[in-house]
Amino acid sequence: MPPPPVRSPSRLLLCHCRLPFHISPQTRLPLSHNSSVRRRFHCSAVSAVSALSSDPQIAPTDLTTTPPSSHILSIRESLLSRRRTAADVAGEYLDRLRRTEPHIRSFLHVSETTMREAEEVDRLVASGKDLGPLAGVLVGVKDNICTAGMPSTGGSRILEGYRPPFDATAVRKLKEAGAIVIGKTNMDEFGMGSTTEGSGFQVTANPWDISRVPGGSSGGSAAAVSAKQCVVSLGSDTGGSVRQPASFCGVVGLKPTYGRVSRFGLMAYASSLDVIGCFGASVIDSAIVLNVVSGHDRFDSTSSTHEVPDYASFLMSTDHFESTPLKGLKVGMIRETIGDGVDVGVISSIKAAALHLEELGATITEVSLPSFSLGLPAYYVLASSEASSNLSRYDGVRYGNRATVDELNSLYGDSRADGLGPEVKMRILMGTYALSAGYYDAYYKRAQQVRTLIRKSFKDALEKMDILVSPAVPSPAYKIGEKVNDPLAMYAGDIMTVNVNLAGLPALVVPCGFVEGGSAGLPVGLQMIGSSFSEEKLLRIGHIFEQTLPNYRFVPPLL
Amino acid sequence: MALIFHRGIIANSQFFSRSSGVLFRRLRASRSCTSARGEGTANTLKEELIQVAPKRALEPNTHGFEAIIGIETHVQLFTLTKAFCSCPYVYGSRPNTTICPVCMGHPGTLPVLNSKVVEFAVKLGLALNCGLSMTSKFDRKHYFYPDLPKGYQISQFDIPIATKGFIDVDLPVEFGGGHRRFGITRVHMEEDAGKLLHSETGSYSQVDLNRAGVPLLEIVSEPDMRSGIEAAEYAAEIQRLVRFLGISNGNMQEGSLRCDVNVSVRPIGQSKFGTKVEIKNMNSFSAMNRAIDYEISRQVLLHSQGQSDQIFQETRLWEEGAQKTFTMRKKEGLADYRYFPEPDLPEVVLTKEFVDKLCQGLPELPEAKRRRYEKMGLTMQDVLFLANDNHVAEFFDASLENGADPKLAANWIMGDISAFLKNERLSITEIKLTPFELSELIASIKNGTISGKIGKEILFELLAKGGTVQSLIEEKDLVQASLIFPVRKASEFIIIVDPAAIEALVDKVLAANPKQLEQYRAGKTRLQGFFAGQVMKESKGKANPLVLNQILGVKLKGES
Repeated sequence: MPPPPVRSPSRLLLCHCRLPFHISPQTRLPLSHNSSVRRRFHCSAVSAVSALSSDPQIAPTDLTTTPPSSHILSIRESLLSRRRTAADVAGEYLDRLRRTEPHIRSFLHVSETTMREAEEVDRLVASGKDLGPLAGVLVGVKDNICTAGMPSTGGSRILEGYRPPFDATAVRKLKEAGAIVIGKTNMDEFGMGSTTEGSGFQVTANPWDISRVPGGSSGGSAAAVSAKQCVVSLGSDTGGSVRQPASFCGVVGLKPTYGRVSRFGLMAYASSLDVIGCFGASVIDSAIVLNVVSGHDRFDSTSSTHEVPDYASFLMSTDHFESTPLKGLKVGMIRETIGDGVDVGVISSIKAAALHLEELGATITEVSLPSFSLGLPAYYVLASSEASSNLSRYDGVRYGNRATVDELNSLYGDSRADGLGPEVKMRILMGTYALSAGYYDAYYKRAQQVRTLIRKSFKDALEKMDILVSPAVPSPAYKIGEKVNDPLAMYAGDIMTVNVNLAGLPALVVPCGFVEGGSAGLPVGLQMIGSSFSEEKLLRIGHIFEQTLPNYRFVPPLL
Repeated sequence: MALIFHRGIIANSQFFSRSSGVLFRRLRASRSCTSARGEGTANTLKEELIQVAPKRALEPNTHGFEAIIGIETHVQLFTLTKAFCSCPYVYGSRPNTTICPVCMGHPGTLPVLNSKVVEFAVKLGLALNCGLSMTSKFDRKHYFYPDLPKGYQISQFDIPIATKGFIDVDLPVEFGGGHRRFGITRVHMEEDAGKLLHSETGSYSQVDLNRAGVPLLEIVSEPDMRSGIEAAEYAAEIQRLVRFLGISNGNMQEGSLRCDVNVSVRPIGQSKFGTKVEIKNMNSFSAMNRAIDYEISRQVLLHSQGQSDQIFQETRLWEEGAQKTFTMRKKEGLADYRYFPEPDLPEVVLTKEFVDKLCQGLPELPEAKRRRYEKMGLTMQDVLFLANDNHVAEFFDASLENGADPKLAANWIMGDISAFLKNERLSITEIKLTPFELSELIASIKNGTISGKIGKEILFELLAKGGTVQSLIEEKDLVQASLIFPVRKASEFIIIVDPAAIEALVDKVLAANPKQLEQYRAGKTRLQGFFAGQVMKESKGKANPLVLNQILGVKLKGES
């Protein structure tokens, strides 16, 4: 086992500095508990912004501690202090996007109105009016989340050119908070896949090694944040589609509790599992986005009326930062996720992360979830079944691509044969089979029973533990094309994440280490799982973990 | 806790005693052997009872076979908005004008249940004496068709909102009368599909999604009906029920009430059902009656010719012109709808308070009305007429509340009032006569203040222009006098008493209605009311009714 990353007790002092200070010298000093939030913003903003433009590439093995900064807060601060304009910020991101996109190909559509919208934000700043929490923040939106007037295809040819007449609730809320949608990110068709190779349009590359996949299905959203093509992004997570690419791309990925974020406007893949999640370069950024998009929506009956706490403001407070800020926290390491079939480098990164949690005061216990291995088959039965139903609407009758035929059956057959990709067709076939008369009980119903078992085993484990941890993926990012012809191997990669969707629980993936690969190593993410609606707790722990994690800096070599 | 209504015994003793002169016996007996007449009524109460009508001309000759009929009824609810989105639905709107991304099945849209649908479903479930599922759910029913936007219909599959009920029906007297109780298997909530408009050349079809997502209740009956008239009467009772409950207009022409009928025939004594045939496209109860009886005859004929294998499980369309059913499509194996629970909608959970509140708010239902009217001593004909239409029943009840004699009120309503309504093409809610004035009129006749004849005249005035019985009687008195001493009663109210003027009006009306005149002279003397109404209308309500009727009587008989 490779040695865990170097840890120095003196680093723990830095946990007081939860905001990015990785350039200016005062950031090395612990801040006094009395220092005002505003002042700290002020300091951090300078450094964060300069970091965006002038940071030299830092290899992951560099021992300098550079906790990830909040790009959202630094943009806000520079707007409020009039240090930069939103147009400036947008221009910078767009420049980088244009520079990196030929290699990464994370966007299916780039908005043409970004600069205009940024200028609008600047007018708002000039008028002195209140700015929304995401004013001037460029957001990438996964292509299966509807954006009014902007193409939304779900990565499928069958919806090529489709422009929804409405914004998804999450997008509407982002816009209301001042965010600017910079474009639509690539994905595996309708969310079915773990690499973005299943996109009907293009394959996205991993910014850490462009010969590798960024993960999926929200690969475009993860890669875009990793490569700083946008500040934050929305993804969707049905079986790990936010967490797995977050791990592959070295960004923070949050899968909220089922029902926390409205699904209205999210093209349904498996309705009982689908959740809109988000990516950020830091936990704070993810928390701010979650804050904005969460809440009950009268257009989604499955959205929860559970109160939305202020996830971000909770992270502002440094009062809880002590030398052991996680003292008393009971962390369960899921035994089934660190055994056979998991990359040794991943296991050692996760064990190192666990040691780090221990140093922060948490106690780590191995826990067993006996039903864990049942999750994968149950997931594929349920997700395919629901998909076979949800995708029935893509028939070429009302919108999307329609085959030119002169007979009704061919209208359906040809439109779908031409418009849908092989992975989607396979899942529709599997799902149709599982729901057929005579097979329903053996597949769908059985899988629902497994789901109940899994839910219960998580509930039991989370009664004893505050959170559970595991790798987000059993391996680091693999090569493009490596698993294209081996769907079972690809499906097996979802083992760490699908159980969480079946149980409907929230999970946060935070970059925690590297394994060998590419020019600069490949990132590994730690998955933290909490009980329903415990996002606040997960974000707090993730934030402390991230801000105190020594030695690593998750900026891909591409930048 | 669910409200459970136990299915009672089919008929009660009162029912038997009331129907003296009508013979009840088991269907089997009635169809197979006449010597069994009168047997076994007491110990076979749970069996289907069939009344042998004195005239059975319209029933098919079934020669030792019996028909088994089950009906699926779709009732379109008149909620303000659709079942799962906020679009309105107005019958006859221009195509695709009441649609939105949700009912068009756009990507990313989700259904949100209209709570009125649940309320209406519970009301109907209670009215059909069903047990309610306090927790039910929605399921998806999958099939591809261009009028089905999502590729699936949101419906209820294994846990419908209401199950195991029954409906009581009184057959029309002209069909032999008799009381029936038919089982209700289930009631469930679902959404309607859109409509296809086929081009005349057949080269293309257009999709109208206005109706897509409109809430429906599907009512599935037990296979308890045995003849066309039973099935038609079942459907008519469902229509009355939904109208009384105010949950649908129940209009068959607009498709607000649609019946799919399953008919099979088997030899009497055989327990296995014959091959069932589904009949669609019946736009009235009478069409239902005729279509089913035709289909029974068709199947019986095939059976009796040893060609029962020529009866296919298929859908047949009733064609009004030919008075026949024709094959629409043969079933190619069983459709697999791949039902599974709708993940976008939470379970529907009813609370006892909610159900109790709806239960208390239920109006008096047609069956209860009929039994109440029957107890008043009205004839079955009267009972069926009055309870057929909730507005008529309300009018009748309101006049009773003012103390009117039931029999007399029934006579007035069924006679002159209903003739007036028919002629004027009005509904009882649109006339100027109030139930109170009708009761006043009846009382005035009963206590001898006026004669029946005068009463009738007053009624016409009340119908045509309103007013009170009291004031009209006073006017009459003056009018009677004015026949001798024509005077102006009041400057603003002139009664035309000049016989010549009235005669001119009568001539005009007779000339304008030659058909009715012919019918009158052929013996349909009740048409006098119609003519009187027309003349009164012509005179703008100012003709003296007495003079009018005298002249009209003479003129109608052609005596002048």
